[in-house]
Amino acid sequence: MKLVDANKLSDLAAALAAKGYRVAAPIQDGDVVRLKEWSPGAVIRTDAVPVNSAKDFLFPRSEIIGRYRLEGDDFTPAEVKPDSTRTVLVGVRPCDAMALAVLDTVFNWDYKDEFYNARRAAVTVVTLACTAADDFCFCTSVGGRPDGTAGADAVLRPADGGTKFILEPLGEKGRALVAAAGSVLADGEAKADPPAEVPVRFDARQVAAWLADNFESDLWTTLGMACLGCGACAYACPTCHCFDIQDEATRAESVRRRNWDSCGFGLFTAHAGGHNPRANQTARWRNRVMHKFSYIPERFKMPGCTGCGRCGRLCPAGMAIADICSEIIRAREAVKK
Amino acid sequence: MTENLYQPMKMRVAAGRDEAPDVRTLRLEFPDEGARAGFFAKYRVGMFGLYGLPGAGESTFCVASPPTRTEYIECTFRRVGRVTSALADREIGQAITFRGPYGNAFPIESWKGRNILFVAGGIALPPLRSVIWNVLDRRTEFGDVTIIYGARTVADLVYKDELADWGARPDVRLVTTVDPGGQTPDWKGKIGFVPTVLKEVGPSPASAVALVCGPPIMIKFSLPVLKGLGFPPGDIYTTLENRMKCGIGKCGRCNVGSVYVCKDGPVFTVEQLQSLPHGDM
Repeated sequence: MKLVDANKLSDLAAALAAKGYRVAAPIQDGDVVRLKEWSPGAVIRTDAVPVNSAKDFLFPRSEIIGRYRLEGDDFTPAEVKPDSTRTVLVGVRPCDAMALAVLDTVFNWDYKDEFYNARRAAVTVVTLACTAADDFCFCTSVGGRPDGTAGADAVLRPADGGTKFILEPLGEKGRALVAAAGSVLADGEAKADPPAEVPVRFDARQVAAWLADNFESDLWTTLGMACLGCGACAYACPTCHCFDIQDEATRAESVRRRNWDSCGFGLFTAHAGGHNPRANQTARWRNRVMHKFSYIPERFKMPGCTGCGRCGRLCPAGMAIADICSEIIRAREAVKK
Repeated sequence: MTENLYQPMKMRVAAGRDEAPDVRTLRLEFPDEGARAGFFAKYRVGMFGLYGLPGAGESTFCVASPPTRTEYIECTFRRVGRVTSALADREIGQAITFRGPYGNAFPIESWKGRNILFVAGGIALPPLRSVIWNVLDRRTEFGDVTIIYGARTVADLVYKDELADWGARPDVRLVTTVDPGGQTPDWKGKIGFVPTVLKEVGPSPASAVALVCGPPIMIKFSLPVLKGLGFPPGDIYTTLENRMKCGIGKCGRCNVGSVYVCKDGPVFTVEQLQSLPHGDM
C-alpha cells in the first residue's frame, strides 16, 4: 500500500513536477480553493470542494482553435497545435471525475475533437475520496458515490483519521504516476476513513419520467422566474460543455477562440433575423434542467449531472438544482394523489 | 491524431449576384481538386456548411447548389449581421472560409418516380433550390414537379432568372405569388399568401412528397392545407434553421429537445417534428 502523510501533498506535487508533470491541485487562491496549477509554496487544500472542476483542464474557458494572418483583403491560415502537456490533476472530487464521461462522449460521439482529446490523453486524474460533504452535495442521487472511482486513474483515500492518504493506482496512468512519485510515497498499512454520508435527495429516474411528460408544465414558469441568467451555474458545472466561437482580430492577425457559453444567456439561441426559440428565461432554464436530466441520459445513456452541487453553492438566486429536482418529485407525487 | 475539426477550407469567390434587397448569392470555388472531390464525396442535398471570414466569424447556411453541379458551391444569405455583411462585401476573386458539408439530407433517392411539390417563402427558397436543381438535372427519374413560391414583394423574390427558367420549362409547374400589396403594375403571378395559393393550386398527394421551407408563420398555415389535401405527415419535409456555432454536435445550442438539428437534421419530416417540444423551435 502506497502512503503519503496528509501534510506532505506538496512533496508529492513537487516530486511529480520534477518528473515533468504539470501538476494541478486544489489550492488556496485568495478567499477560495481553486483547482489550479501548483507551484512551490502553494497551499494544497483537501478539506474544501474547489470552486471549479476538472473540466477547466480539459476544456478550458477559452481556447484558440484557429489562427489567421491578415494581409489586406486576404488571409492565410496558420497551424494551431492542441495542448498536450502531460498533466496530473491531484485531488479531483469523484463527482468531477465521473463528469468526464459526459465530456468524453460529447467531444467524441461523432466527430472527434482533437483539442479535447489531446488534453485528455495527457491528463492523469487522481481523485480524492470524500470523507465529508456539505448540504449541496448530492452525488448519491445521480448514481455517484463519495468514494466513487469512475473516471479516475488513481485515488487518494484519506486514512487513519485524516493523518495519511492511501494512493491507489487504478490503471496504466495511475501506475506511471506512482512510479514517478518515487520515494515520496511510503510503503505501509493504513485504514481508509469511512466515506462521507451523502443522503439520497431524489430519484433521478423519477425526475426523468416527469420531464418526459411536462415540457409545458406551469412549474417551469414558477421555477424559472428566479433565474437571473448570469451563467454561473454553467461555468462551474463539470458537465456543461456548450461553447461559443468568436473571432478576435487585430490589423495583422485574427484568432478564432471557443469560449464557454451558457444556455441561460438570452443570446444563446437568438437567430440573426430576430427569432429566438428560447425567448424567455423560463424556457432557457427549462433547457438546462432538461439537458442534464433528460436529453443526456436519453441520448448518451449516462447521467448529465453528477451531483457536485456547485451550481447551488454559487447561484445568486438560490436555485440549487437538487432542490428543483426534489420539487419535481413533489409535483409528480401530487399528480399521483 | 485527427485533424482540426474547426479548420475551414479557403474558398475563392468566383461570382456574386444580388438576388433581392440585402440578399446575395456567392459562387465559391475550392482551393484544390482534393478539397473539391472530398466535398462532393459527402455532399447530398439538404446539407449545410459554416461560411466565414477570419476576423468576422462564421455563419451557418445551407448549400444552395446541387450535387449535380460539381465545379463549385453556392450559398444565398441575407445581409443581417457582422458575418453576413462581411461575406456580402467580398469581391470576385477574394477568399472566404467554408467547412462542411454537415447534417443530414433530403432522401431524394427514395422519391424516384414520385411527384414532388415544393412550397417556399421568401429567403427560404435556397434550401429547396439545391433539391429543385438536383431533381431537374435528373429530370427523368422523377414524376411531376410543382413549385409554389411566394415573397412579400416582387423585389423580395430570389433567383429571379431561375424562376423565369423554371416557368418556361414544360416539365415544371411554377406558381409564384406575392403578398397583397407587394405586386408591381406588370406582375404576372398570383397575389396572395403562400398557404392560400397552395390551397388554390391544390396539388394531389397521390404518389407525392411535399417540401416546405419558409418563415414560421408560412409553415404554420401551410401544413394544415397540405394535411387537408391528404399529404401524410411522413411525406412532408422541412428544414430547421436553428442557430449553430460548431455544426458538429458539440457546442450545444441547436437542440430541439434531445434532437441536434446539426446532426439529426436539418431535414425533418413533419411526422418527426410533431414528436418534438415546440417551445424550442
